[in-house]
Amino acid sequence: MTNPEQKKIRVATTSLAGCFGCHMSLLDIDERLFTLLEHVEFDRSPLTDIKHCGPCDVGLVEGGLCNAENVHVLREFRKNCKILVAVGACAVTGGLPAQRNHLDLADCLQEVYVTEVSLHNGLIPNDPELPLPLDKVHPLHEVVKVDYFIPGCPPSADTLWKFLTDLLAGRTPTLGVELTRYD
Amino acid sequence: MSETFQLDGEDIPFAPGQTVLQAALSAGHYIPHLCYHPEFKPHGSCKVCTVKIGGGNNTRTAASCTLPAQAGLEIESDTEEMNALRRTLVQMLFAEGNHFCPSCEKSGNCELQALGSDLGVMTAGFRHFYPDRPVDASHPDILLDFNRCILCELCVRASCEVDEKCVFSLSGRGITKHLVVNATSGKLADTDIALTDKAMQVCPVGVILKKRVGFAVPIGQRRYDQRPISAQALDDAPRPPSASGPNGSGVCQACEE
Amino acid sequence: MPQSNLSPELTTTGLTSLLDGQGRKPTRLLQILIEIQAAQHWISPENIDQLAAELNLPRARIEGVIGFYSFLHAEPAGQFRLLFSDNITDRMLGNQNLLEYLCNKLWLERGHVSEDGLVSVDTTSCTGLCDQGPAMLANGMAIPRLTRERLDEIAELVLQKVPVTQWPAELFVIENNIQRREILLANSMQPGDALRAAIAQVCVPGSAVEAAANQRSWREGIPSVALCAPVSTLEEIKRSNLRGRGGAGFTTGLKWEACRNAPGGEDNRTRYVVCNADEGEPGTFKDRVLLTTQADLLFEGMTLCAFAINAKQGFLYLRGEYRYLLEPLNAVLQRRRDANLLGANILGQAGFDFDIEIHLGAGAYVCGEESALIESLEGKRGIPRNRPPYPVTHGYLDKPTTVNNVETFCAAALVGLHGGDWYRGIGTAKSAGTKILSVSGDCARPGIYEYPFGVTVRQVLIDCGAENTLAVQVSGPSGVCIGADEFDRRIAFEDLATAGAFMVFDESRDMFEVARNFAHFFAHESCGFCTPCRVGTAMLKATMDKIAIGHGTQYDLAEIDQLNRILLQSAHCGLGHTACNPTLDTLKRFRPTYERRLKSLDFEPAFDLDGALATARRMTGRDDAGAHLSMEAES
Repeated sequence: MTNPEQKKIRVATTSLAGCFGCHMSLLDIDERLFTLLEHVEFDRSPLTDIKHCGPCDVGLVEGGLCNAENVHVLREFRKNCKILVAVGACAVTGGLPAQRNHLDLADCLQEVYVTEVSLHNGLIPNDPELPLPLDKVHPLHEVVKVDYFIPGCPPSADTLWKFLTDLLAGRTPTLGVELTRYD
Repeated sequence: MSETFQLDGEDIPFAPGQTVLQAALSAGHYIPHLCYHPEFKPHGSCKVCTVKIGGGNNTRTAASCTLPAQAGLEIESDTEEMNALRRTLVQMLFAEGNHFCPSCEKSGNCELQALGSDLGVMTAGFRHFYPDRPVDASHPDILLDFNRCILCELCVRASCEVDEKCVFSLSGRGITKHLVVNATSGKLADTDIALTDKAMQVCPVGVILKKRVGFAVPIGQRRYDQRPISAQALDDAPRPPSASGPNGSGVCQACEE
Repeated sequence: MPQSNLSPELTTTGLTSLLDGQGRKPTRLLQILIEIQAAQHWISPENIDQLAAELNLPRARIEGVIGFYSFLHAEPAGQFRLLFSDNITDRMLGNQNLLEYLCNKLWLERGHVSEDGLVSVDTTSCTGLCDQGPAMLANGMAIPRLTRERLDEIAELVLQKVPVTQWPAELFVIENNIQRREILLANSMQPGDALRAAIAQVCVPGSAVEAAANQRSWREGIPSVALCAPVSTLEEIKRSNLRGRGGAGFTTGLKWEACRNAPGGEDNRTRYVVCNADEGEPGTFKDRVLLTTQADLLFEGMTLCAFAINAKQGFLYLRGEYRYLLEPLNAVLQRRRDANLLGANILGQAGFDFDIEIHLGAGAYVCGEESALIESLEGKRGIPRNRPPYPVTHGYLDKPTTVNNVETFCAAALVGLHGGDWYRGIGTAKSAGTKILSVSGDCARPGIYEYPFGVTVRQVLIDCGAENTLAVQVSGPSGVCIGADEFDRRIAFEDLATAGAFMVFDESRDMFEVARNFAHFFAHESCGFCTPCRVGTAMLKATMDKIAIGHGTQYDLAEIDQLNRILLQSAHCGLGHTACNPTLDTLKRFRPTYERRLKSLDFEPAFDLDGALATARRMTGRDDAGAHLSMEAES
C-alpha cells in the first residue's frame, strides 16, 4: 500500500510549556510508527533535532505558553505549518502550568530567588539568553489561530493515531466520545 | 398519561406538571443538561438543555427543564443547531472557571467533563478567564475547590431544601458571582456540614470533595468512563411507576411544592 | 474623633430598634440593609450575624443579598462614597476628566478607599440625570451638572468631613426640564378625581359590562351590583388600548384582567399592585420627572388598579438612584391617606382598602425586569424568575401581582377619568395615547418631551434642537440604534417601541465608543444567573476592549456574532437577549468605525503579549529586545 511516488506529509512537532508526555504518547503508537513513517517525514521535532521548522503540512504543538520563547516558537510553527494542531491539555487549556495563574508572578520570582535560599545568590536571573516568563500561562489559541485541538493528558496513542490517520486520509479528524478525554 | 408532545419527531407522553426535560427523560429520551437534577425543582440556569419549540418559521428557544410539557408541542433537540449551542455553553463554562481535568479528583465522574466529551467539545475556544478562586481546605473531612464551580446551585438547593442547613449560598453578580459558605469566618470548618449531607452528593463537578479518598477508583474505571453521560442520565431518570417500582413517580416531590 | 460622627457604629441595640422599625420581616431585608448601609456606610460581619440571628435567616443568604446590589458593601467603602454616573451621555459631557480631577484632588486611586477610610471615588451605571449631567451620587444622593468648581466644593466638604446631609442644598437641585406637554404632563386632575369617577360607574341594564359583572359575580361570589364599577374600570382600561410603557408593550387591560381572574388567597383579595420605578435603562429619566411632578396621578393609577383587580396592597419599587425622592413621595402618600384616598374604605366605599409602601432598590438594573423586581421586593437577590408562571398569577409572595411602569399607571388614571374611547383616540391605531421621551445627548434642549404616539424621530430632533445628528439610540442600550436614513421612523409600538430613552449623537461622536460603553454596562449589570449572559456579557466586554486598543480582527467580529446568537437563543431574560444589540446595530450602520480599528486581518492575540512580560521585566530589570513581544508575528 506504500506508494513511494506519493509525496510524504511533512510534520513538525514541539513541546512548549509541557512535559513531553504527549510526545511519549505519540511514540506509544508502537509498531504503527512504521506505517506512519511511510506517509510522513519529520521536520523540526525532538525526534529529529532540527532546530527551526521550514514549510510543513502539519504542526503538532504540545504545551501551553509560559514565556516569550514559547510565543516565538509557536509563531514559527503557525507561519510554517498549513495545519496547526494543539496537542494535549496544556496546549488546549494551559493545563498544569496554568495552575500557577492565580499566583502573582512577582511574588513567585521574589520567593524563589530572593526570599528562599537559591542557587542564584539572591538575585533574579536577568541573562538576556533566558526567556522572560509571561505573567500568566495561556493556551495556544489565545495567541495564534489553531486548526485542531486534541485534548487529553496526554491524548492516548490511539487518540493520536486516530487523529493522524483521519488527517492523512483527507478526512476531518473526529475522535468520538471514547477518545475525547480531558484527563 | 394520554397526552403527548413531539420531540425530534417522536411522541413523548407526559404527566401533568412535568416539564419537557422531565417527560423526555422518563420516556427514555436524552436532552443534554447540567444544572437539572431529578430530585430537585428545575432551576434553568445552565441553559444547556435549551431546545427549539414550534415548527416552520415561528420558532423560539427555551430551556426544556423549566418548559412545561404541553400537548402538541413540537420540540427539536438533537439537531446540529441546538448541539452547537450546547457546545458553546459548555465551552463558556470551561473558559469561565479553572478546569484542569488531569489534576482533578472528579475526573471521570464529572458531569461537565462528560457532557463536553459527549458533545465533542475539544477546546474552550474562548480566552480563559483564569479567575482567582482560593480553595477552602479548612474542614477536616471536606475540601472546597471553587475553581471548578459552575454555579448550578445544586449544593445551595440540597443544603437548604434537604439538609435544612443552608451551608451554601451565592453572592456577587455577573461574572463575579460566587459561592459563599454560611459562617462568619467564611470557612467550611465553621459550618455544620456533614459528610452524610445531600449537599455532599450533588455537585456535578469537583467543588465539594470528600478528603482522603482521592483516586480510590482509578481513572478509566469511573462513572462516565463506563458509559457516556447521555446513556447514564437515562438510567438515573425517574421512570413511570410501571418501569421503576412504587417510588418512581416521574415527577420529583420538590417540583410540586 | 470627627470620624465617629460621620460613621457611627450601629450598636447591637441600635440595630435591634432598626429591625423593629422594619417589622422584622425577611421581605424587608433589602430595606434593612439599605438603612444599615446609610447609617454606617458599610454592613459589618457583626451586623450580618445579628441580622441572621434576629431574622432567622442563614447569614450566607444575607451576604448574598449584600453582594448582589452595587450600593451595599460588606467591606468599608469610605465614609464618603462618590460615584460618577457613567452613561455614555455623562461621558460625552466629560465625566472621565472630572473623575480624574476629583481623584487627583483627593489623592485617590479610582475604586480604592483612601487610606484613612474617608472617601472612595468610582463609577456607577446611569443615574437618570442625562439631561443635566455629568452627575454623581454622594452617599446615594444625586448631584447633577458637575463642573470642576462644583467638585472643588465637594472635595472641600469631604476633607472637612461635613456629612452629606449637611451639604449645601444647591448642590442637589434637580431640574425637571419639561419641554413638551400633552395629555399626561398637562393634566389638571385633582387627587381622587379618577377614583371618584371609577366608583360612580354603574351597569347600564343589558350592557356588555352588566353581563361581564354577572358572570364575574358567579365566579367571585360577590353581588354583581358591587362589581359594576370595578368591571367597568377593567373594561375602560381594555377599551383604551393602553399598553405597558416599560418597553415590552403588553396590553394593560389584559394584564389587569388576568390578575383579577387569578385566585387571590382565602379572602380572594390577596393581590398586589406593584409600580416599577426602577428606571435603570441608561438614558431614561421620564419616571424621575413623573415621580417628581405627577406623584398623585401615579398613586391614583395604582389605586385605580387595586380597585379594578381587587387588591389590598401596593408597592412602589423606587430605584436607589432616586433615593432623594423617598421623603417627598412618602409625604404624598400621607396626604392621600389623610384625604381617604388610601387606607380603609377609600372615599367611603366599604371594603375598598388599599395602601402603598415604598421599597428602595440598591443599584441593580436587572431589577427592572418584573420578576426580578418581585424577588427584590421580597428582600432577595434580584434574579429573574422562570416563567411561566407569570406574576399576574404567581407574583409577590406567589400571589397574583400586577406590575406596571410609572407612566402606565399615570396613563391609567387618565383613562379612569376620561374613559377608554377618549384615550384610544390619541396616538396611532396600534399605539394609543402619548409617550414621554427622555431626550439627552447632542441637542440644544435636552429634557422631557411628551408626544402622541406616531411622532417621527426627525420631529423630535427638530424640537430638541439637534443638529448634524449621526445617530439616535432609541430606548437605551437594550433598544435600537438608528442612523440618519431612518429618522422618518415613528415612535410607536409598531415601529420604534421605546421605554422612553432618546439619546442623540452628532457627527463628532464615535459610535464604537457608544457601543463599548453599553457593552460594559451589560457586563456590569448581568445578574449572573444563566451561563450565556454571565459569561457572554463578560466576553463581549473583553472583545470590545480588545478592538478599542487596536488589536481587534475579523475573528473578533465573528465572535461577537456568535455571542449574539448564543445570547438570543439561550439567555434567561431580556438583559441577555439584548446585550449585543448596541454592538450589532452600530456594526451594521457604522461599520467603518470598527474597521478602522482592525489593524490586521490576521489573528491577533487575545491579550496584551508585551504587557504580559511587564512584571518579569520589572523584576529582572531587563529591557532588551528579547524582553519584549509584539502583537503581530514577525515576518
